[in-house]
Amino acid sequence: MSALGAASGTAATLAGGGRPRVFLVDDHGMFRSGVRSELSGEVDIVGEAADVNPAISEISQCLPDVVLLDVHLPGGGGQDVVAAVKAQHPEVKFLALSASDAPEDVIAVIRAGARGYVTKTISAAELVDAIRRVGAGDAVFSPRLAGFVLDAFAAVPGIDVNRASFDPELDQLTAREREVLRLIARGYTYREVARELFISVKTVESHVSSVLRKLQLSSRHQLTRWAAERRLT
Amino acid sequence: MAARAVIADDGHMADQADAAGCWDAAAGQQAASASRSAGSWQGSGGYESSARTADRAGRGQRTSRLESLGIRVSRGPASGRPLRRQVEGRLIGGVAAGIADRTGFDVSLIRAALVVLALITSGFCAAAYVVAWLLIPAQGADVSIGTRALGDRRGIGLAAALTSALVAGLVIASALQASWVSSLAFPAIVCAAGLVLIFRNAPEDEREYLRELADPVARGRGASRSRRLLRVGIAIVLLVLGLVALLSGHQNAAALLRPLAGVLLLIGGIALAFGPWWLRAARAAVDERQARIRAEERAEMATRVHDSVLQTLALIQRRSGDPQQVTKLARAQERELREWLFDGRAPGSMDGQAATVADGVRLIQQDVEAQHGISVDAVTVGDCNLDEELTALLAAAREATVNAAKWSGAPVVSLFAEVEPEAVSLFVRDRGRGFDPDAVPDDRKGLAESVRARVARRGGAVTIRSAPGAGTEVSLVMPRLAADRMPRRP
Repeated sequence: MSALGAASGTAATLAGGGRPRVFLVDDHGMFRSGVRSELSGEVDIVGEAADVNPAISEISQCLPDVVLLDVHLPGGGGQDVVAAVKAQHPEVKFLALSASDAPEDVIAVIRAGARGYVTKTISAAELVDAIRRVGAGDAVFSPRLAGFVLDAFAAVPGIDVNRASFDPELDQLTAREREVLRLIARGYTYREVARELFISVKTVESHVSSVLRKLQLSSRHQLTRWAAERRLT
Repeated sequence: MAARAVIADDGHMADQADAAGCWDAAAGQQAASASRSAGSWQGSGGYESSARTADRAGRGQRTSRLESLGIRVSRGPASGRPLRRQVEGRLIGGVAAGIADRTGFDVSLIRAALVVLALITSGFCAAAYVVAWLLIPAQGADVSIGTRALGDRRGIGLAAALTSALVAGLVIASALQASWVSSLAFPAIVCAAGLVLIFRNAPEDEREYLRELADPVARGRGASRSRRLLRVGIAIVLLVLGLVALLSGHQNAAALLRPLAGVLLLIGGIALAFGPWWLRAARAAVDERQARIRAEERAEMATRVHDSVLQTLALIQRRSGDPQQVTKLARAQERELREWLFDGRAPGSMDGQAATVADGVRLIQQDVEAQHGISVDAVTVGDCNLDEELTALLAAAREATVNAAKWSGAPVVSLFAEVEPEAVSLFVRDRGRGFDPDAVPDDRKGLAESVRARVARRGGAVTIRSAPGAGTEVSLVMPRLAADRMPRRP
């Protein structure tokens, strides 16, 4: 919390090249202090919270650029925090951070409005990079998230296309998007993906953002059914 | 119970003819109960005599049969020990075996006598058997089941509930003037209540034995085919007997309706009056069972946490000076715990055999991380069962991963598997030192070729992309025969 005062002066936006103001939500104090010490040189930690309700009220107060959000919290899922804050302050960006692999939880947080998902085993440099990207409005897909999304959108044309509410714009990934996700799942960075597909990094980013939008807006049964099935298997 | 004993005597019999004789005895038993049903509960002369006759016939048959088998009816030496139930030689509760041991008579003889007595006394002997079972301690035990049952308040409640249910049935029966039913009333109630107490309070080994005895009736699912058939057979016999009993007294079916309606009303009234109490007793029994299951689960969980997490934490404390070891231990533990929590796979239960592609990828990740101390970042999309081709593909992918772990020098290897309707693809990628595929030393080329050849033999393809300083990526693709292998999760 001590960083609060210092940060209030740095109301600079990221576009201005300032350090991103980051808020930590995680129920493990050890993990929070670990992240704090790892990131302290690169970003401003403007606050932290251990549970859903304190997180919502404090984030609404200090309005950070990026919230680093644990998917699992004692008082509910991380998606509750995203939904509550987004309703009031759509400009706050969320980056989900989790040790858990349960895909349905990760997808739930993304669908609530988080801009990306990384695992807690990520290196400090990569985490800073991911925070900057999310802060700048990009989507951050770890290999694991790319895998989840491919799984969730796996094409079953016979079932979906004939459905009345089927929306090809939202309910399907384009071949290119699938290619990009596949490369990310294989461990390629955005730059490597760009080189591999002979496109610019900007184009890769726009593909990923479009996938994120589909993930958040698609109403298709597939996503919910997929999540339900994952729980069973 | 009587039927049990008769059938069990079958075990001593050698040939078909005797087995048939055994069924004769069962038929005799039916005749006896039928003749009882003709007589009244008070016991008219007719009842007495007809029962005796039937019984004498049964006894004559039995003795001659026993002798024809060479079972000696003569008395052996009595043990002189106090009367104890013989758990070893038991058929049901071991009471007959205990009496045989005490008196020196052959156990089959005692059993036959008990069955005959049960028939003569219209069930009182069976009740006496159950009471003896309750009150006589088993060989080697300090206290009888009855003594233990005194402390079992739930069991007593359950027995009382059962008794009241039976009494209700008997009230209905006597209202219908089916006096033969009420003649069985007392023994039936004693047997039912006694068996409840016995089952709840018997020591674990005895209970296990009882469970086995009751198996064909109690467990429909998972029982073998013959047992299921036996159960269905018994059910059909009971249904037919019930129908015959219902229809025998009435010429036309319509005349049945009024008494039946009366029975239903009675049952409804009794259920309303006693229902809540019965339900409570049954629910208490269920609750108790669930509490026991929960306690067992907690104990199991504690054991597992101790075996895995606590052990690892102890190891980490001892090796705190070696960060690489600590990371390795932590990663392995994290993965194991996560598998247990989210996939329901218990730590240490992995037997090294994968059933699906996702399982296989997880195994590769686990083994390579454990053996080579690097991280394997594994992502799987879709899943399907393994067949010969896919097993070969996974084996090749494992070799490629191990290769990357050994030679690339990279701290992380990415492993990506995708199951599609037409093909299964695997990608093994590292950001290590890489190599020039055209200038590979022979020993490494051999390995690459073995990976390539292994997959090619089954109709798949392997591509290796690498450049010095840019890392290596091995892609392995195996086509699927689309028709018969649909993805498990579309």
